Amino acid sequence: MSFKIIGTGKYVPEKVVTNDDLAKIVETSDEWIKKRVGVDERHLSSGETTSQMAFQAAKAALENAGVSPEELDLIIVSTVSGDTITPSMSCKIQQMLGASCNCYDINAACAAFLYLLETSAGHFARGKCKKALVVGAERLSALVDWSDRSTCVIFGDGAGAAVLEEGDCYLDSVFTVKGGDSVIKIPTHKGISPYFLGEQEKPFIHMQGQETFKYAVNALCTDIKTIMDRNSLTIDDIAYIIPHQANVRIIDFASKKLDIPIEKFVINMQKYGNTSSASIPIALDELGRSGKLKSGDLIIMCAFGGGLASGANLIRWEK
Amino acid sequence: MDIKTQVIEAVAELVNKDVSEINEDTRFADLGIDSLDITELAMNLEEAFDIELSVDASIATIGDLVEKITEAKK
Repeated sequence: MSFKIIGTGKYVPEKVVTNDDLAKIVETSDEWIKKRVGVDERHLSSGETTSQMAFQAAKAALENAGVSPEELDLIIVSTVSGDTITPSMSCKIQQMLGASCNCYDINAACAAFLYLLETSAGHFARGKCKKALVVGAERLSALVDWSDRSTCVIFGDGAGAAVLEEGDCYLDSVFTVKGGDSVIKIPTHKGISPYFLGEQEKPFIHMQGQETFKYAVNALCTDIKTIMDRNSLTIDDIAYIIPHQANVRIIDFASKKLDIPIEKFVINMQKYGNTSSASIPIALDELGRSGKLKSGDLIIMCAFGGGLASGANLIRWEK
Repeated sequence: MDIKTQVIEAVAELVNKDVSEINEDTRFADLGIDSLDITELAMNLEEAFDIELSVDASIATIGDLVEKITEAKK
């Protein structure tokens, strides 16, 4: 027993920041950002907290699924940018929704939405869960060094959610972790303990661009290939691949290396930037509501990011 | 084919120029090649030479890349 997806939702903040807007605060240009990253604009919070964004995405997904919060057995949220360390974002949205189920958060950086689905599958397999809500929610604008033109142009804020019900649509998954902080790191504040003598690292997103690119392309190619080979699938059997929306150049290069047409990949980062664990559920919601999917279609989701952690899954769409 | 020739040929193909226009001192930036292009180039050459390369901002010229590959092949 695993699950099927019965509803999706998303929320992005109202404020849209264009590349030209960013060119006013850091040395960059619309042309450079479009070519280097593939982003035209991003939505940034001007007051919405991570839990508020998660709540809105959750409401949209529950409505899409025709499920009330009281029916939920489980809420899991992924975030690296919660408004509070405790209570977790899942606990906060449980309160906001008026649900009363078990809740916890997962931190697996940009790959975390895949971990939400994997973990949920475990709950369903144990027969402990009939309906679950999973949400990826991020306010990365809080973690970005706004004086660093190499990172502040990449990221956006937002949340994506899915409602899951008992089913058999979660067909396969693969995860690979190579622990280390030399490529991607977001340090926390060291605190004010008079006894801790360690240095305060800048509490912002640190990313080695070229090593991240290399890691991401290799992870994407390996994970997609693993899923397809293990399930004896060709690309003609797959309706869409939903990659983490980190950088369009990563997807372009992976598509060439895999010899998979770029049209198979869902790409929406030009509108939202890199929203970390929210990027896949936001793209899933847009794909689900686009009318491009039919019941029985196979989807591959694939993600990579801080950890370093990467993964891919194979899901049958049955909505 | 030696490493330098192979690298120059790969770069020439990437930017659609003749190999005679490219030499070891040519800067990638002057050819309109950005850091991610360099990374893609390096990844293709990793496959061709069966090596692993670490890529960073220190690879600024064709010669820098040739040197990295030569070191990796030792």
